[in-house]
Amino acid sequence: MSERSWSGYLRKDGRKGIRNIILVIYTVECASFVAHQVGLGEEDVHVIGFPGCYDNAYAIRLILSLATHPNVGACLAIGLGCEYTQPAKIAAAAVASGRPSRWFYIQDAGGTRAGIDEGKAALNALRKEMEAKTVSVPMQWSDLTIGAECGGSDGTSGLAGNPLVGKLYDALVDRGGSAIFEETVEMIGLRDILISRAATPQVALDLDATYRKAERYCKEVRQYSVSPGNFAGGLTTIEEKSMGAFAKGGSRSIQGVLRVAEQALKPGLWLLDSVPDEHFMQFGYTNPNDTEGIMDLISTGAQIVIFVTGRGSVIGSPIAPLIKVTGNSETYERMKEDMDFNAGTVLSGAQTMDQAVAGLIAKVAEVCSGTPSKPEALGHREYFLMYKHQNAPSLSSGCHA
Amino acid sequence: MIDKIDGHEKLSFRVDKADNVATMLCSAEVGDTILVQGGAAAQCLKALEGILLGHKVAVAEISKGDFVVKYGVRIGIATQSIKSGEWVHLHNCRSQVDERSGHLDHLSGAAQDTAYV
Repeated sequence: MSERSWSGYLRKDGRKGIRNIILVIYTVECASFVAHQVGLGEEDVHVIGFPGCYDNAYAIRLILSLATHPNVGACLAIGLGCEYTQPAKIAAAAVASGRPSRWFYIQDAGGTRAGIDEGKAALNALRKEMEAKTVSVPMQWSDLTIGAECGGSDGTSGLAGNPLVGKLYDALVDRGGSAIFEETVEMIGLRDILISRAATPQVALDLDATYRKAERYCKEVRQYSVSPGNFAGGLTTIEEKSMGAFAKGGSRSIQGVLRVAEQALKPGLWLLDSVPDEHFMQFGYTNPNDTEGIMDLISTGAQIVIFVTGRGSVIGSPIAPLIKVTGNSETYERMKEDMDFNAGTVLSGAQTMDQAVAGLIAKVAEVCSGTPSKPEALGHREYFLMYKHQNAPSLSSGCHA
Repeated sequence: MIDKIDGHEKLSFRVDKADNVATMLCSAEVGDTILVQGGAAAQCLKALEGILLGHKVAVAEISKGDFVVKYGVRIGIATQSIKSGEWVHLHNCRSQVDERSGHLDHLSGAAQDTAYV
């Protein structure tokens, strides 16, 4: 990984973004139509929202981390007017982070059309404020946090796609950047291997607790993180899938365990725990789909997420561009429009692993420099925010649902 | 085991020398010669059935109750004896922890245990 620099956007907290978007956030499903209409046709606007009416502490934490994400330059929160979740407080948090922000209730605006008009007017005002405030700075690998997720895995993912991302992670960590991997429910059977990667004895204890919770979760809900598509692609057991998925983490030591919306205190490799904690509603669900996991990774401040798929996937993400890697050349040929990188060349012998790593590093740098990734260019902005419970000392009050 | 390599073999990859399965890097049909690379000395074997890209072929005789080993770790338990050259999947290998996966359609992976009525 050679030294490389590109232009980024400096935020008040010192973090740097590779995009400068306006984030529209709706605070209940009832406001989602208006929010999406407000974002329609606006290139620099991404829309996310939380469907529930109750202000779940986990979801609030997640929304705030996204509203103040390095790639976000301004924020517009839209509520219906009845819900617990308060758009005013979201906008206030974004303002405190140095981002121009507005909010309104659709009921106050006067309904659907009036709400859309108010939203569009707010966007125009925010865009002017954001442009006036934007500070461009040089950015390099050490300013970068990259998330990695896999989905639609097959027998090639653990041999090519995930090990390739692992090598990219090693290179990023060696350059002073941060790498976040998750999917602890896909580490089943790997407790000893996981713990052996801990940077300190305390981290080993944290990794052990995180592993045990994930195992307990799977046992209790009688569902392991392996899908019909995984089986059809040649993966036979969760143990096999886990070994392949874990390869994304590369070989560097793990600095600690992050909860959703938590920011890493120092650079290096971190494990994100997105499994719910046990409480009065039992576990609930951990990542019910790939998109939810990607949002969790973005919540840790990842400016870019790499998604490894074997079977093929057509998702993207708001806020942080998704780069799609497949280790399956047949999938690459069939779904070229959606795939950014073919790691299947390593399996066919057309490329060495080192050549593929260099190619992927160049692709990441290109997307950091502003070139849209394939899902980004296609307009994919999938998001999935849900009720969940994770213990967090600072936000223990409010609804626990 | 077949010793001659003529370049027409179907490629497969064994990750660790302790592995008793290899992953197909392309699809093989019954009767094809499969070249097993990686992990240990290269070996050739005859495909006893069709095996798709990404799926596993047994590279040793595996007895019922034996561990199926890939990446050098135990990824499952053989539910019947498996010959070298046979396809290893849901029909002859089960997880040590996940009981549900033993009840899936072994070709499509589709769940059979959820009622749709």
